[in-house]
Amino acid sequence: MPDPAQVHLLVNNVPVTVAQGTTVASAILIAGIPTRRSVTGEPRGPLCGMGICFECRATIDETQHQRSCQVLCAEGMEVRTT
Amino acid sequence: MIERLDILVVGAGPAGIAAAVTAAAAGKRVGLVDDNPAAGGQIWRSGAAQPTAARTWLERLAASSVVRLQGWRIVDAPSSGLLRAEGNRGCRDLGYDQLILATGARERFLPFPGWTLPNVMGVGGLDAMVRGGLPIAGKRVVVAGTGPLLLAVAAHLTRKGAKIVAIAEQASLRRFVPFVSSLLGEPAKMMQGVEYALSTFGSRVYTGCWPVAASGKEMLDTVTLRMGERQWEERCDYLACGFHLVPNLELPALMMCHIDNGFVVVDGSQQTSISGVFCAGEPTGIGGMEMAILEGEIAGLAAAGKMDAANDRSQRRRRSLGFVRALSTVTELDPRLKQLATDATLVCRCEDVSFGRLRDHASWREAKLHTRCGMGACQGRVCGAASEFLFGWDAGSIHSSVRPPLYPVQVSSLGHPDKLADEGDSLSPACVLAPKEIE
Repeated sequence: MPDPAQVHLLVNNVPVTVAQGTTVASAILIAGIPTRRSVTGEPRGPLCGMGICFECRATIDETQHQRSCQVLCAEGMEVRTT
Repeated sequence: MIERLDILVVGAGPAGIAAAVTAAAAGKRVGLVDDNPAAGGQIWRSGAAQPTAARTWLERLAASSVVRLQGWRIVDAPSSGLLRAEGNRGCRDLGYDQLILATGARERFLPFPGWTLPNVMGVGGLDAMVRGGLPIAGKRVVVAGTGPLLLAVAAHLTRKGAKIVAIAEQASLRRFVPFVSSLLGEPAKMMQGVEYALSTFGSRVYTGCWPVAASGKEMLDTVTLRMGERQWEERCDYLACGFHLVPNLELPALMMCHIDNGFVVVDGSQQTSISGVFCAGEPTGIGGMEMAILEGEIAGLAAAGKMDAANDRSQRRRRSLGFVRALSTVTELDPRLKQLATDATLVCRCEDVSFGRLRDHASWREAKLHTRCGMGACQGRVCGAASEFLFGWDAGSIHSSVRPPLYPVQVSSLGHPDKLADEGDSLSPACVLAPKEIE
């Protein structure tokens, strides 16, 4: 029986299990990887946590450029960082 | 089909919730649109123990007739009485007779070497990530910048098991202590936790102190702090650094509301220079949660035509303005913070534009045209406020450069409203519309 309080998702094909209510940005931090590479190739992670800086954008279920701090993790979700 | 509301409120933080609930109680058909996954704004985020005020207002909202659009951001004001909102899978137009802008505030970030490294975040930023599920127990955290948020967040992270290595407040002790004392004299204010925080962190609170560098390979591992002549390193997992708050003025600016000295100008009923457009909370002056609730109530009452009740509260608001002034004095930035960035330090994180490429430009407009500063995904929301401080560029010109769409949007959202995916879901009273409900 899956634990209803836990959500399973894939971050760059790696399974990550988080508590329900976790944002995708927090899941990416838990996975320990940058959210994106800047235009000159720097690694970046979330900055503002409130949807204004766009540093946390990632591809979520094939939709590009989602601000991952504004999206909650869902069972079976697939997240890709660049 | 365009839904028409008597009153539309933008932003579901304390001001917006108070405005919406108050206007709905006066019998109006009210809509509340917000871009976060849940109501509460930045200060009443879920995921932690909610203060009583938050519980009370969120319960009132849930029990009200307010139509809630959660997870929708306003991207345009295509014509008078109309705003366009985009969700994750579509777009819809919202018509209104009266509009209340409660767009809140964001943190001011200042560039210093290493500030773009992963795990360097805002103070509210790290707190939001923790409330959004990031485990912080056992992690070493440096909290830096300025404003009451530093101690409040340090206290919250401590309760979550974090090890607060240092709290670096840029304000001098001479400014900081009288401010804290004035807060302690007003126990109802938002800094009830200050006394607790000071007794908990004691010797780890440094005033007149700020980060001069963050370093690490691919990820933060060390912060260099400076206090006067003294400079030292702290090893840490996270640096939470934010220099108080700046209001979110993009929508008021797009609507041509008069903005003076960085804030939306309102009258005693919170009405802006545009008739029928009200503004409440931080965009009218950074005053904290209680002020925001009061202003929200005033705006909600005034928009609903209850002028007597609005005036009563407006007098209470005037008595609280001393706190707003005290806050702006203590959070005034030390000019030495302008020297933290080196020529190689990035100022614009979206387009990777360095301090060295920006400093010789005379204006925000010139810098944008020559370097693409402020023209990336965030549209200057981060580098605009930093540039205003670093280069002294006219803040008015930064606000007046706002153009629709206010955020990067899906191509389909740029189409004619008749073609937009806004059919299907009618806005029945008290309905809660999440973005994924539109296919």
